[in-house]
Amino acid sequence: MASIPMEYGLLLAGMLFALGLIGVLVRRNIVFILMSLEIMLNATGLAFVAAGARWAQADGQVMYLFILSMAAAEVAIGLALVLKLRRQFKTLDADAASRMHG
Amino acid sequence: MNAVFYISAAVALISTVMVITRMNAIHALLYFIVSLLAVAVIFFTLGAAFAAALEVITYAGAIMVLFVFVVMLLNLGPSSTAQESQWLSLRAWIVPAILALVLVGELTFIIARGSLQAHAASPVEPKQVGVALFGPYLLGVELAALLLLAGMVGAYHLGREWGVEIEREGERESERAGEWESGRAGEWESGRVGERETRR
Repeated sequence: MASIPMEYGLLLAGMLFALGLIGVLVRRNIVFILMSLEIMLNATGLAFVAAGARWAQADGQVMYLFILSMAAAEVAIGLALVLKLRRQFKTLDADAASRMHG
Repeated sequence: MNAVFYISAAVALISTVMVITRMNAIHALLYFIVSLLAVAVIFFTLGAAFAAALEVITYAGAIMVLFVFVVMLLNLGPSSTAQESQWLSLRAWIVPAILALVLVGELTFIIARGSLQAHAASPVEPKQVGVALFGPYLLGVELAALLLLAGMVGAYHLGREWGVEIEREGERESERAGEWESGRAGEWESGRVGERETRR
């Protein structure tokens, strides 16, 4: 049985990453920006797992685990910031918070 | 097995395109969950069964539930009831349901063929991953634990200030009735419910 070539896995990861990047650049709703960030992190994990499967090593899945824990921490902080933004500016527009109050 | 990979890849790409083009956050989240499930199937075809299980449990389970919870929390108000009935329309869930059914069909195909492990050319067992994780990557595990702790403390801090603001607004009698619902939610988020109960 022929297995899947690594290039296809990496190609899919690249396409998913590009879609996430487009989402970050195009959308202005901050919830969608966070979702697109998750898409990009997930695509990176896919690239690691595909490369790890190519050489039959566990390192790819280990890296995927680290990316997963980082994504979990990032989304917790990000969603807390979304709630705070909504509370303070009464909107979810990312451009509303463009000024710093140093 | 290659066909399973290509179909899952197509499902993942279609649902991801739908995620970044939806206007409604809940619709986008539905498509995103389907996309993550498709990526889990791809992990399985690549021989990474452990990563596939984690993708379903952690990503499609925990992180997406957090997203749905926050989106629901943001939409408090009188218009939420009308929105909710609109969200449950057929047009909202039929396409994600079809895409998920494709994945279910692939799953039954894999199970019907028996021998779950023999599909990939060189599957990486969960045991190998565990040995690598707690051998050469032990420092990374510790750092990940520290990162999660920092994330928890940071989320608690940000949520706590948010709860205090609402509580201060709740002091005004005129807004008390309207703010009660969201005030409770904010306190629950920051774990201050007990404190407020004792103060009364």
